[in-house]
Amino acid sequence: MAVEQEIVLTVRNLSKLYGPGCPDCLSLTGPEAGTNICPRCHTIVACNGVSFELESGEILGIVGESGSGKSTLVRCLYFDEDATSGECCFSAFGDGRANAFAQTSQARRYIRNHLLGIVYQNPLMGIKPHFTAGGNVAEKLLTADVYNVSAIRQRAAALLERTEVPLARMDDFPAHFSGGMQQRVQIAKALANNPPVLLLDEVTTGLDVSVQARVLDLIKEIQQDLGIAMLVVSHDLGVIRILADRTAVMQHGQVLEFGLTDQILEDPQHRYTQLLVHSTL
Amino acid sequence: MSATVNSAATPARQPRGYNFAFLDENTKREIRRKLLKAVAIPGYQVPFASPELPIARGWGTGGLQITMAIIGPEDVLKVIDQGCDGSVNAVNIRNLLVKTTGVDTTFDTTAASIVQTRHRVPEEPMRADQILVLQVPIPEPLRYVEASEAKTREMHGEMDYSRMWVYLYENIVQYGEISIGARYPSLVNRRYLMDPSPIPRWDVPKLSMSPTLHLFGAGREKRIYAVPPHTLVEPLEFEDFRFRVEEFSGRSCLRCGATDTYMNELFDRVSGQKLYACSDSGYCDKRRAAQERRAD
Amino acid sequence: MGYVAVSGGSEAIANAEELLTFYRLKGGASPIEVRQIREQMRLAVDKVMSEGALYAPTIAAIALKQAEGDNIEASFILRAYRATQPRRYYSLPADTGKMRVIRRISAAFQDVPGGQILGPTRDYTQRLVDFSLLEESPETVRAFFDRIGVQTSRSDQLPDSFPKIIDLLRREGLLVEPVDRKETLFDITRESISFPCQRSAKLQSLARGETGVMMALAYSSMRGFGDIHPYLGELRVGTVPLCINHPAKEQPVYIGRVLVTEAEIISEYYEDEQGKPKLTLGYGLCFGHNELKAIAMGVLDRTMQSRSPHKSPAEDEEFVLYHIDGIESSGFSAHWKLPHYVTFQSTLDRLRRTQQLREEATASECNREQRRDPGKTAPGL
Repeated sequence: MAVEQEIVLTVRNLSKLYGPGCPDCLSLTGPEAGTNICPRCHTIVACNGVSFELESGEILGIVGESGSGKSTLVRCLYFDEDATSGECCFSAFGDGRANAFAQTSQARRYIRNHLLGIVYQNPLMGIKPHFTAGGNVAEKLLTADVYNVSAIRQRAAALLERTEVPLARMDDFPAHFSGGMQQRVQIAKALANNPPVLLLDEVTTGLDVSVQARVLDLIKEIQQDLGIAMLVVSHDLGVIRILADRTAVMQHGQVLEFGLTDQILEDPQHRYTQLLVHSTL
Repeated sequence: MSATVNSAATPARQPRGYNFAFLDENTKREIRRKLLKAVAIPGYQVPFASPELPIARGWGTGGLQITMAIIGPEDVLKVIDQGCDGSVNAVNIRNLLVKTTGVDTTFDTTAASIVQTRHRVPEEPMRADQILVLQVPIPEPLRYVEASEAKTREMHGEMDYSRMWVYLYENIVQYGEISIGARYPSLVNRRYLMDPSPIPRWDVPKLSMSPTLHLFGAGREKRIYAVPPHTLVEPLEFEDFRFRVEEFSGRSCLRCGATDTYMNELFDRVSGQKLYACSDSGYCDKRRAAQERRAD
Repeated sequence: MGYVAVSGGSEAIANAEELLTFYRLKGGASPIEVRQIREQMRLAVDKVMSEGALYAPTIAAIALKQAEGDNIEASFILRAYRATQPRRYYSLPADTGKMRVIRRISAAFQDVPGGQILGPTRDYTQRLVDFSLLEESPETVRAFFDRIGVQTSRSDQLPDSFPKIIDLLRREGLLVEPVDRKETLFDITRESISFPCQRSAKLQSLARGETGVMMALAYSSMRGFGDIHPYLGELRVGTVPLCINHPAKEQPVYIGRVLVTEAEIISEYYEDEQGKPKLTLGYGLCFGHNELKAIAMGVLDRTMQSRSPHKSPAEDEEFVLYHIDGIESSGFSAHWKLPHYVTFQSTLDRLRRTQQLREEATASECNREQRRDPGKTAPGL
């Protein structure tokens, strides 16, 4: 029964500091210290030694309140921000052993264009409102070296259909779309190059409840259909409950508790997790 | 008919107190250094100081500075604007160069060692012992999609040209074809995206794998770049939407009858009828002279 | 046949140049003296020196005469002349505290040490046309001097230097401290600027910028596209001594005085590096007497320090520095007068092709009723 799952992404000891930094930053911050600000040098330790493995086809949830470091983590993995230290290896890059953080910006761009997709909380971070919906999907395909307009339009149409964006709007500008529809265009774009890893950062926050449910269903379906491994970051345990197979709880930049989502929700070990779970129930 | 004008026979008035080719030798050396760098990294825009010249910014000061930096007393110079030797701006630039160097000038592309041009590559193929200097108004091909210089330099660094591609894609979606006329973005040596200066699409293929050295100068924007001899220049195109040059099929030059040149559209002053004539006036004159000789 | 090839360019150009001289003189008045321009068109000369980036009043006056009073053209002539001059020395930093002022005001404090010196200003004149200037003559000029009592240099009565107002604020810890950036001096005439831009390169670019465009950009920020509400900490006009290091001399060598306008703009406070909120400063300095330019420069120096993540045009250093040079912007704006037949032909080729594709698409759409097929919405696809 136990099938050996392939690891598509390994993160080891990822730390991200904002500020001058000192030798004691990592030890003086975190859940036990009750802060992510170094008392010695006032550096913000957004991520503090985060490690995990992402298996192919699974959804890994990361939950925590704002300031816990979860969004910074995603940004570092997509190279929007430079991690201060730590390693990140993709099974599909450099035999799975090369540290992506240590690569040239050109190599990182390759990883981003070919091995990753991202969906930000704010759709306008991921899509360009002055490119058409189809053009936004096309951009991701063009970065992945598809240079055939008919092929691009077919793929874009299929993806937009999959994410329930009316095809009649394919050549319209997302600037005029509703927030929910912009988000679905962003998801279509993120999926365009068939990435083995998809990063989702608070994707339903800011959407109406009814729209939220449809987007969550869509993500779940896509994961089942395409088997893409996903890293889902949310402050909302409801979202995590619906989507994630396994969950990490983050506080003050560190992972506090890590396990099967059901286990964490039903039998939280750490006091903070208990508080989190009970406050939402 | 010899088009070469020997300046030694009619000595030009050398303006008092100016160096050979106007610029001082230090400035010239600095420009030549940048030219070497540009040749070493085909298509890469090399920043340079670009001092002011007595010709206005935007009127060919980039090309002029390159010519001034490389020209010697033995050179034979041809200057064209829109393909034409007699255009006022070409005349003005030629005058300045002759006044400050005393070199011989020509209207015949094949007789020139340096050709300085705005908006055209001559119709006659150029050779390895010649240099084509192109005047560039906007050196940055990515300016179509990104206004910031800091960002476009980063995009070149990472060879991130996807937004340019999306621009072309959106063009096709909107108009059914790529709507860029001149200044067609082209990839040099499979690495750097280049603005081939506002030459028509007609001229872009002439840059690729040519035996001639092509030097591009943008004075106001303070950039130099190069397409060295035998270097690949590929206009951006999709597998199903190819790059196409301007259409002149069925047209012929009213002066020399050519059907295979880039043409200017003209209107007959009397009848208002549309006519066509070669944009490369030197080449057109040469063909006409040959036709007259044959007729004799 | 109606086509005439463009030719005879040389002759046309020479004639055009002669015509300029003709138009300058055809009115029949006696030729204006360069000295008259230098002395009586004082502010025009100052503007040309500042935008042409060369302190040379007589040459600036010649340029103004040559350009028939066109300020940008005259600045261009001066700038082109400057480019031919060898760069032998860099002056040592000038101490504007040692300025011999002809005018000095502060809008931040009513009473400032040294006092407010109004100096020669039009600020409080009514802008009524002075028709008496029609009859100005050596006699009226003499009468004027007799009336005020001729004083060739009023500044003799003023002290040699004034305390700087920003120093008062600094002493109280209200104003940001100057930062020693440990940068080597950038020379924008030797290197092309890049971004983020070194401050010395910024200030040099601003100092030779075109007054009008700098004023417009600064105005956009004070008016609402940005957050600058400037206080004019101090505005001074006067001469400062310049010195150079000479290889043959041990002491710095004094080379003369230049007239400059300096503006210190105090603006919104920010937290400094120690986290203490302090007022911020923008600095403006230009050749000659040009108050609007110095103020605009001070404001722009400050707007470009903005920490706002959403930069307004005046806060975007690329936007400001790439667009303020009058020589560059006027040259490019004027170059559209050059022939563009070739590129226009290329554009027409594309337009005709696009129109043709549209017509074909419309025709085929009329022929068959079809549902909108997303893969084929675009004409010609």
